[in-house]
Amino acid sequence: MKAPSTHPAKPATSIPALLKTAFVNALIALVLFSLMIGIRTEAGSSGQLTYWTRFGDLASIVAAVFGGSIVIELLRQWIGRTGAEKLVPPAVQSGISFIGRYLAPALLIFTLLVPVIFYNQRYILDLAILVLTYVMLGWGLNVVVGLAGLLDLGYVAFYAVGAYSYGLLATNFGWSFWICLPLAGILAAFWGVLLGFPVLRLRGDYLAIVTLAFGEIIRLVIINWQDLTGGPNGVSGIPRPSFFGIPLDNSDDGLAARLGIEYSPTHRIVFLFYLILALALLTNWATIRLRRLPIGRAWEALREDEVACRALGINTTTTKLTAFATGAMFGGFAGAFFATRQGFISPESFTFQESALVLAIVVLGGMGSQLGVALSALAMIGGFELFRSLENYRMLVFGMAMVLIMIWRPRGLIGHRAPTVYLTKAKAISSDLVKEGHG
Amino acid sequence: MDYFAQQLINGLVLGSIYGLIAIGYTMVYGIVGMINFAHGDVFMIGGFIALITFLLLISTGLTAIPVILLIVLLVSMAITALYGWTIERIAYRPLRHSFRLAPMLSAIGMSFVLTNYSQVAQGARVKPIPPVITGGYTLHESADGFVIQLSNIQIIVVITTIVLLAIFTWLVSRTRLGRDMRACEQDQTMAALLGVDVDRTISMTFVIGAALAAVAGLMYLLYYGLVDFFMGFVAGIKAFTAAVLGGIGSLPGAMLGGLAIGLIETFWSAYFSVEYKDVAAFSILIVVLIFMPTGLLGRPEVEKV
Repeated sequence: MKAPSTHPAKPATSIPALLKTAFVNALIALVLFSLMIGIRTEAGSSGQLTYWTRFGDLASIVAAVFGGSIVIELLRQWIGRTGAEKLVPPAVQSGISFIGRYLAPALLIFTLLVPVIFYNQRYILDLAILVLTYVMLGWGLNVVVGLAGLLDLGYVAFYAVGAYSYGLLATNFGWSFWICLPLAGILAAFWGVLLGFPVLRLRGDYLAIVTLAFGEIIRLVIINWQDLTGGPNGVSGIPRPSFFGIPLDNSDDGLAARLGIEYSPTHRIVFLFYLILALALLTNWATIRLRRLPIGRAWEALREDEVACRALGINTTTTKLTAFATGAMFGGFAGAFFATRQGFISPESFTFQESALVLAIVVLGGMGSQLGVALSALAMIGGFELFRSLENYRMLVFGMAMVLIMIWRPRGLIGHRAPTVYLTKAKAISSDLVKEGHG
Repeated sequence: MDYFAQQLINGLVLGSIYGLIAIGYTMVYGIVGMINFAHGDVFMIGGFIALITFLLLISTGLTAIPVILLIVLLVSMAITALYGWTIERIAYRPLRHSFRLAPMLSAIGMSFVLTNYSQVAQGARVKPIPPVITGGYTLHESADGFVIQLSNIQIIVVITTIVLLAIFTWLVSRTRLGRDMRACEQDQTMAALLGVDVDRTISMTFVIGAALAAVAGLMYLLYYGLVDFFMGFVAGIKAFTAAVLGGIGSLPGAMLGGLAIGLIETFWSAYFSVEYKDVAAFSILIVVLIFMPTGLLGRPEVEKV
């Protein structure tokens, strides 16, 4: 629907040509959407399919495509003439970098204060916990996708392993959350290595499909192995976390009674909030530290060029396996937290949609950027939670955003892939020479 | 034995559908070197368009089923082909020289878009149609009363697949377009230097792949009598498994892989457990990629730096 963007220095198109392009695009849109939008089918009460027409919707979409392609074409000419670099004036750029420097600490302080500010608003606290869970998952997946460049479409499998590890250990053996949490992480990491071994030799695209298959296998096994996992009914009655052994309830030896304050159910929510915040920050801290270690450098090298990596004597086997295991471990932690927060887990929580959501968060945030992932989780999960009625459109918007980001800003909205190691004296090199990904 | 023969028939029919989808994966991979993750969803879109066209034709009072089916086939092939063309144009063409993961991520994004687009546009509920093609033949009736059935729809699926394969093989091996496609597969730069319109050839690849997926969508609709917005996901992975099993990049391989996956899935459900049939298919994918990455008919991939 768009003119090819391979020639950015195209001379300005005249008005008739512009209209012609827009008209052709609108015509294509009309054909594409004629049946899918123009006609709506639904199974009636007796199983008989009925349909009704929605030509109004169709007309407005076609009109939107017509207008949109004119706007895009004009924008492209405007950007093409000024050049992408000069688009942002230096003053604005320094302003952005100023904000960028203080955004992360400010955000962290605000997050720490969320339970204080919104103490009485249970809904916001719950939402904040949800967002933080996705931030943690995003950061965990970021190790695999963002740092090591291994496309993992089955990340939710490790989340499921963590959740079921805690759920089953706690309900069957009565083990406490604090013993199960590391166990869940270790088990998930173990599964990560188990998955990692066979897929070591695979190229990026194959790897994605195999991890996807792996995630589905785990889910199907959970559904069908009813003796162990309860099948589709899931595991219920998972114990709530305790404050290092002290329960957070209304009993005499509960935390509230011991501290001599009045009991409130919000205590537990606040505790959960700080728990997931601590786990997420642990993930972030570990990732940042790992990036400075040889293994982190090796991950980044692997992401940029696997062949060069091997030529330089980096053991790609251990590099990939550690990336998988580390990412999986954080997924397992998040899973254990999920299980204790919900008190109930079932295979429905671990579908491909969930993997897709986390991957979209990482990609939109900018692969490798910690702040970007946090912000995109906030925008994607928090933003859509506020507009509940748009729930159906969430993955539609995510998908479109993924495509658009890949086209315009492949490094993510605020992503940066500046190498962590570089020569102190910068040399001017043509971008052609440092471009990657030929063929 | 009779049970076995019946499962063989069912497996071949299922395999034909997978094979038709797998051709789309394998062609695109052969030329562009990317996994078109959205292809399963193109198949789903094809099924939906077939369903809607079918409904519209029925409501006009047309009763001749062969005429209806022919129109449905042509319409769904045409519109789905346009979907394939548009997807390539929007989501893949700008990324041809981007970084390694970009086309794949874009394809995944496109897959989300298509799945949720059809969910939003057509609702999340399963859309059933009454059986269109009924009847069939009883091939053999054993003493204990087990009947081997060959239904008309099964015959139609297999015959359509064979005819399409014949047309398609002719297209690739005898026509100008097929020659261009094979040239682009070997070396795009060289092909462009020799006057092949690479962009157009790649577009045509997506168009043909989408059209075949639309046929598969129609066959699925007729065979199972329903479509839903999520059917592209599992069918897509299985067809991809078929393409990998047959050797990705190889057209006969895709069909062979499709038949193999269809047979394995059917026999697995018949003799082991229905619950684990998807696990079986996914496990095959993993096993094949580990032990036989070039598949049955594929060429070993030479790693170029």
